[in-house]
Amino acid sequence: MASKFFLIAQREYLTRVRKKAFVVLTLAVPLLLAAFGFIMAKVASSDNATTELVEVRDDTGLNVASHLVSTPQLRFVTATGSLSEAKKSFQQAKHDGLVYLPAGLDVENPVGVQFFGKGNISLKKQLAVETALNKAFSELKMQKSGLTQNQLDRLRSQVDLQAISLDATGKEADSNALATSGTAYVLALAIYLFIFIYGVQIMRGVGEEKSSRIMEVMLSSVKPFELMMGKIIGIAAVGLTQFFLWGLLSFGVSSVILPLLSGAEKPKTEVVATAMPAGQAAATGNEPRSAAAAFEKGMETQKQSNVITGRFKFFEVLTNLPLGTILFGFIVYFLGGYLLYGALFGAVGAAVDDQTDTQQFMLPITMPLILSYAVGVSVILRNPDGPVAFWMSMIPFTSPIAMVIRLPFGVPMWQLALSITLLILGFIGTTWVAARIYRVGILMYGKKVTYKELSKWMFYKG
Amino acid sequence: MQNPTPRPILEARDVRKQYAAHTALDGVSLAVPEGSIFGLLGPNGAGKTSLIRIITQITGADSGEILFRGERLNPSHIGQIGYLPEERGLYKKMKVGEQLLYLAQLRGLSRADAVQRIKGWLDRLELKPWAQKNVEDLSKGMQQKVQFVATVLHQPSLIILDEPFSGFDPINANLIKDEILRLRDEGATIIFSTHRMESVEELCDNIALINRARKVLDGPVSQIKDQFKTNTYEVEGQGRLLLVHPDFEVLEQKARENDHFFARIRLHAGTRPNDLLRVLIGQVQVQAFRERIPSINEIFIQRVRETMPESLVEESTH
Repeated sequence: MASKFFLIAQREYLTRVRKKAFVVLTLAVPLLLAAFGFIMAKVASSDNATTELVEVRDDTGLNVASHLVSTPQLRFVTATGSLSEAKKSFQQAKHDGLVYLPAGLDVENPVGVQFFGKGNISLKKQLAVETALNKAFSELKMQKSGLTQNQLDRLRSQVDLQAISLDATGKEADSNALATSGTAYVLALAIYLFIFIYGVQIMRGVGEEKSSRIMEVMLSSVKPFELMMGKIIGIAAVGLTQFFLWGLLSFGVSSVILPLLSGAEKPKTEVVATAMPAGQAAATGNEPRSAAAAFEKGMETQKQSNVITGRFKFFEVLTNLPLGTILFGFIVYFLGGYLLYGALFGAVGAAVDDQTDTQQFMLPITMPLILSYAVGVSVILRNPDGPVAFWMSMIPFTSPIAMVIRLPFGVPMWQLALSITLLILGFIGTTWVAARIYRVGILMYGKKVTYKELSKWMFYKG
Repeated sequence: MQNPTPRPILEARDVRKQYAAHTALDGVSLAVPEGSIFGLLGPNGAGKTSLIRIITQITGADSGEILFRGERLNPSHIGQIGYLPEERGLYKKMKVGEQLLYLAQLRGLSRADAVQRIKGWLDRLELKPWAQKNVEDLSKGMQQKVQFVATVLHQPSLIILDEPFSGFDPINANLIKDEILRLRDEGATIIFSTHRMESVEELCDNIALINRARKVLDGPVSQIKDQFKTNTYEVEGQGRLLLVHPDFEVLEQKARENDHFFARIRLHAGTRPNDLLRVLIGQVQVQAFRERIPSINEIFIQRVRETMPESLVEESTH
């Protein structure tokens, strides 16, 4: 029995791994990712390197312009001439915008300030200008209240928060939202992709077996359950092989090629490293923007602090995460989630004659998967101990993704134990259901399958 | 050719199988003698494939039992049964050699044994140059040969062939027929399942006729034919045949060119063929005289008529 199962899994593994497509994909993806990350980094750094020049036409007589503080990204220059002249000249001078402060502006209630830009004005630029103006007005107000410049300077303070996470035993460790969220994000993405890509492979594999009409020959030799599980495990091995090679190659590529490409400038390499997950996110294309946005925000914070020390801190903080638990949890949820969904994908493949009919049955399977990912990288990532996070990390259909997002933030042992228990029960359940659908479906041809029909199959006798 | 009291290799006892609203098998019992060729015959949808799927352990019976060499059928028998399903199919993107090896190993053959036998079979069926090709690169006929090899590679003692000659071109059909006879002579038992009764008639030692989930008739072919003989003779000759005789009844008479004729004549009880011949010789030049033996198909139709309401006969017999 066991040897037949092994034979089936072995065939599933070898026929896939030997395919040209597998080899090409395995080699190409790390290179593409590296190229993508490199481009992202280039774009991000060039974006930061440019300074936006904004002209200011100040008719208020309050000298607001002198209170506008320039930053490396945004520099203010005084415009000459009237407003209509300034409107023309800032474009001729290839400056990026013009702020107009009209005469008679009330400092207490500054309405009527206008910002002119070439074409559409980006939200980012508008926000930056607004922030600078707000600062200028509050300084003006403070001056009006009688504070001297000296007092004002002393009022301003620059706080650099050092986040320290305290665990139950009172041990302190440097915490870094970026490192924690980043880890959570990458783990969730890996599980999501793995289940999706290889789940669909199971479905296709079963479909091919069915359409090639070899099922009857197979079933006179092995039990349907052995055939289904052999396929699921064989394909899991293919996936693990691919992920392992991707990891290995990505590491190789990023440690050999990237430093060569980006020269001796170390900070850039750092940016590339953090940009990689964002690049992956963009590559999948179907997760909510908020995730990418949250990540970019993280990058911004990171960049604001000293880049070099930040780099060391990033890795230091990474090692402060509960790595053992994360690794253990990741493997459990990776495999558990795959088995849970894999069986269902197999059942869908068995139920339909034609690959194009799979859509209606795919939806209920992919919905919880997509949902847990979408909610995971937005809600759970922001509040990893909230009620949504708790419940989604308990329900077996969502826990593989929800729980790995929570893992880097620390999860109480009882919750982890309960969630894993439920996951195991969950995949035993789906496998049972799937096996019954599979068993009937693989020998059923030319019948239009409905949900009602499927539910009947569950109770067919052997 | 046949052992007078062969022990059945396979026995079905009161096997029943119900699918949702449809009864596939309604108390079927039969015995397949070892070393014989057994025809499982009946129209499409009669229940043949359902019975085969129970014998090959793809499904189970709702009630009744199947005995393999006197032992209740169980997974340990899988390696002794070879099955060629009506729905032919192989893994299209797998090499011929690897595919055969895989299927043989699943049937419990060791790798070394399998490799050895695959070589032999590929040689015999002239498939050797194709061993390293993907199945999808083979012609339909070659794919079928490969499938046949996969069925018998593990040297099963019971070979079940569902609609064996459908889809085979005439050359391959003959080749496969010869291989089947050879396997039978080497001691294997073969079950043919088909709705085209005439295609296996001359090969079968025993048959069972199945109609509408029930067995309607079974036994050795010779015995069944004897049983259904109608004492009718076919005569061909030259001259004018004018037969009015209390012992004979002319069922059909056709005149042919050049004063030739064909006639079907039934002998009444107690009359022997020689009595008819004597009368014929006195009248005409006899060129052919043979007993009219009913085909299995005719027997089936007659049997169904006897056992079924008239309205259902039409449906069952075409």
